[in-house]
Amino acid sequence: MELILALAIGILVGSGVWLMLRPRSYQVIIGLCLLAYGVNLFIFAMGRLYIGGAPIMPKGGFVDPSAYADPMPQALVLTAIVISFATTALFLVLMIAARGATGTDHVDGRERHS
Amino acid sequence: MVEQNLLLLLVLTPFVSAALAATLPIGARNAEAWLAGLTMIVALVILGVLYPAVTEGRSITGTFRWVSSIGLDLTFRIDGFSWLFMVLVAGIGFLVILYARYYMSPDDPVPRLYSCLLAFAGAMSGLLLSGNIIMLVVFWELTSIVSFLLIGYWFQRQDARDGARMSLIVTASGGLCLMVAMIILGQIAGSYDLDAVLAAGPQITSHRLYPAVLILFVLGAFTKSAQFPFHFWLPNAMAAPTPVSSYLHSATMVKAGVFVLLRFHPALGGTDAWFQIVTGIGLTTLLLGAVTALFRHDLKGLLAYSTISHLGLITALAGIGTPFALVAAVFHIVNHAVFKASLFMAAGIIDHETGTRDMRRLSGLARVMPVTAALAIIASGAMAGVPLLNGFLSKEMFFEATYVWNNGGSLDSFAPYVAVLAGAFSAAYSLRFIVKVFFGPPATDLPQEPHEPPLLMRLPVAILVAICLAVGMFPQQVLGTWLQTASLAVVGPELPHFSLKIWHGVNPPLIMSLIAMTLGALIYLLPRRLIDSGEDGTRLMRRLDFARGFDWLLQNLTIRLPRFALRVLSANGLQSQLRAMVLLSLAGAWFVLRTLDWNVPMPELGASELVFALLWVVGGTCAIGAAWQAKYHRFAALVLMGGAGLVTCATFVWLSAPDLAVTQLLVEIATTALLLLGLRWLPKRNEEIAGDNNLVARSRRSRDLLIALACGSGMTALALAVLLTPPGASVGDWFLRNAYVEGGGTNVVNVILVDFRAFDTFGEITVLAIVGLTVYALLRRFRPAPESVERPRPQLDAEEQALEAYLFVPSVLMQWLFAPIIALSAYLFFRGHDLPGGGFAAGVTLAVGLLLQYVAANVRWVEARIIVLPVRWMASGLTISAAVGAGSWIFGYPFLSAHAQYLDIPIIGKVPFSTAMLFDFGVFSLVMGAIVLMLIAIAHQSLRVAPRARPVEPSEETN
Repeated sequence: MELILALAIGILVGSGVWLMLRPRSYQVIIGLCLLAYGVNLFIFAMGRLYIGGAPIMPKGGFVDPSAYADPMPQALVLTAIVISFATTALFLVLMIAARGATGTDHVDGRERHS
Repeated sequence: MVEQNLLLLLVLTPFVSAALAATLPIGARNAEAWLAGLTMIVALVILGVLYPAVTEGRSITGTFRWVSSIGLDLTFRIDGFSWLFMVLVAGIGFLVILYARYYMSPDDPVPRLYSCLLAFAGAMSGLLLSGNIIMLVVFWELTSIVSFLLIGYWFQRQDARDGARMSLIVTASGGLCLMVAMIILGQIAGSYDLDAVLAAGPQITSHRLYPAVLILFVLGAFTKSAQFPFHFWLPNAMAAPTPVSSYLHSATMVKAGVFVLLRFHPALGGTDAWFQIVTGIGLTTLLLGAVTALFRHDLKGLLAYSTISHLGLITALAGIGTPFALVAAVFHIVNHAVFKASLFMAAGIIDHETGTRDMRRLSGLARVMPVTAALAIIASGAMAGVPLLNGFLSKEMFFEATYVWNNGGSLDSFAPYVAVLAGAFSAAYSLRFIVKVFFGPPATDLPQEPHEPPLLMRLPVAILVAICLAVGMFPQQVLGTWLQTASLAVVGPELPHFSLKIWHGVNPPLIMSLIAMTLGALIYLLPRRLIDSGEDGTRLMRRLDFARGFDWLLQNLTIRLPRFALRVLSANGLQSQLRAMVLLSLAGAWFVLRTLDWNVPMPELGASELVFALLWVVGGTCAIGAAWQAKYHRFAALVLMGGAGLVTCATFVWLSAPDLAVTQLLVEIATTALLLLGLRWLPKRNEEIAGDNNLVARSRRSRDLLIALACGSGMTALALAVLLTPPGASVGDWFLRNAYVEGGGTNVVNVILVDFRAFDTFGEITVLAIVGLTVYALLRRFRPAPESVERPRPQLDAEEQALEAYLFVPSVLMQWLFAPIIALSAYLFFRGHDLPGGGFAAGVTLAVGLLLQYVAANVRWVEARIIVLPVRWMASGLTISAAVGAGSWIFGYPFLSAHAQYLDIPIIGKVPFSTAMLFDFGVFSLVMGAIVLMLIAIAHQSLRVAPRARPVEPSEETN
């Protein structure tokens, strides 16, 4: 389980970084989304993995924290998901605005001349 | 207590009036003058009430607690010295305001002037009355800023902007030096309280940091008081309106430097270093200023250099530092303020009436404006140090101080000669001012026909000149007791008895005075023609004109150096920048982790994990495929990315994070919709990009692939290492134990978000709101690329009618689904506190529901039926969250404390209810508003440009 998740994080981050270094703005956006998946999973994994231990408590009474997943990374990731949506939207709008203004979809606003 | 409150009032009233003045209509000159004048009178009345409490060396201190933990309190303190200074600020302030009413032209926007003048009076009061040395620096910088605004009052003029910038940079940098000095002083003395610092004098002067403190301190004082070599900003500040020059740049603000020199004399003074630096610089400035003033043709330029010279005189006295010298310094501060303010006003009148300030053109004005001429001549006499005028008395005292005091150093032996020479030049430039402007043949080429100004414009000058005369003739009766009070506060109880007299008999100072007068007359009258028609300023002073050096420095520091650094250091283009960032992160991670050993045992894969493994085979393939295809096949890449997202979502379900799964799924839908909407604006990519497969491009790709592989494997290793290490105690445990007891909810993630860490969430939704508005704003001026303007081919091919028929079934389905989606959203919201769901999820759900309507049906049809005002949703969401948070203040709890209990509603039964739920509603409203705003803003672009691209048909509904 741990190995698979670690590999998954690696693949997502690797694909994301590769795309992030590409010249087309659309590639960068897709890359950032993939990177966000990888990083969110990574933060989530910091609380270790639990199966069947969702952090939903019984009402009152004694609680054994070790039987439940760590809620802290989950709370962090929850907001991170929404914020990464917001950044994606922002990048997308920047992309289409830059495309309109410069006439190209190269990240620098002009084609490379080499 | 009344006195303490009056003290606070003294500082606050000008600021309140400044705010009021700023809101008056633009042409309300009289109302502005009344408001500002009354403010000054209020200050004078308060000062009158406070006077009995500051005599005989006493002081009043009022403390208002602020940030006591770091030694910062609002402490205000008034003693005889600051009282006298305050009288100058309020008194001259009153006259300047009266003067400005007639000086400013009806076209000038006066609210800005009066508002800034009042704010300056407040800042200056704060500076003078601060009992805390950090507060003092704050007000000090405030005066610099207001001075900047006032010099740049006519901001359409280049010289005003340059002068304002120069003065701000010089004085504010000095202020920063002063702040560092104050912080060190506070550390040495163990308190930032002014009295404590002043009492710690011996401790400070013997401290090893004393030289550093002294240098920083005098840097602050010298920049503010325009001492050599920082004097250059003052002549350039003359671009300000004359009332401002008269008030800030001669009478009050520039005196702040000498004020702190005198004020901190007990703490820092009395050492040889103090004497050498302060007296040395003071004497240099005194002489240079006086010499240069003689050769300036601009009236205000002459007065500015004269001000520099007189400030040098006061600085030199502060450096000498004997009780007698300090009394002389205080006395000269007052005298100089009075005669120089009146001279500036007179110069302003001349400028106002004749249209020029150039002394080469002015001549014989005594005939056309005799009253103004008489007043100006008397004031210039005071400036020159003519007997029976106030300037004479303090100049005598200065001569005596340089003559008497003797520590045997070479500087000390020079001092009397420098003083006499400077006195001679001072007499010379005063004489030049009188002779050139008011006598001689009538001027012929003046821009305007001069005549006497209105009586009320002359009145402030007349009052000030009357004070010059009164102090000059009856010094002891007019100013004796006030000076005694002020000097007691500066010098302390060892103040020697002194008496202000006109006639001390024939003594060295009198002889020095006579020599200076005679010499001065000769200096001007002999080479008169040469000076009157010669070059502007002396050659020596032009050499020493640091203004040009300053400009050069500014040019290099703010333009050339950054450009050079940009050229050398910056990566060219976004790709290289991102690559540098990624490589830096890699290097950082390697640097931190290289010392650790890898002792993680390889985990074994069990059969039960086969499904999970298969899941991620799909997910990984999707991710790699998206990376592969994103260049030429955008749509495929989007689908593949969605696949990776879904697998991520499934992972959250698998690993006990239902909240994350719900949110991820919903956000996934919204993201996909968003990207689909954006795809339309990208260029077609049917053929290969040129140069995409040559050797350079290939090697670039291989290098990036290596970097990506390194990042991926690094993250895998990191994740694996953490996952296989047993967890320690986590803060999460505390949340798990207390979520129900303290937060009243069983879904711990939601309780954390809306209760325990609600402030973070509040910040996060604010970010979301900002992003939403930014998207909206960016798209308002959106201009698409020309080839994207046409409608996409499928839409062009099919008639609109046919398209609607094509989408008929889906659109009906989606209309039917609208109500269930709203219900689902409400359901997710209400169960959020106890079960997976919550404001985020509910908000995204509702937004997706609305989006579906847009997708399936004609946009105009939808908008005719559903009116969503996303900005209002966002605004009310933010307001609700903030209001819920602030509500807890009413009950005496910190911001965003939540309260939970169960409500008993008839029929439905017991329902959990907490204020956190209201907060969550704010989150819901904002998230929904922001997402709808972004999606609609992007979707609407097609609608906006579509009609322009198509031929106009008569039946077409235009937008």
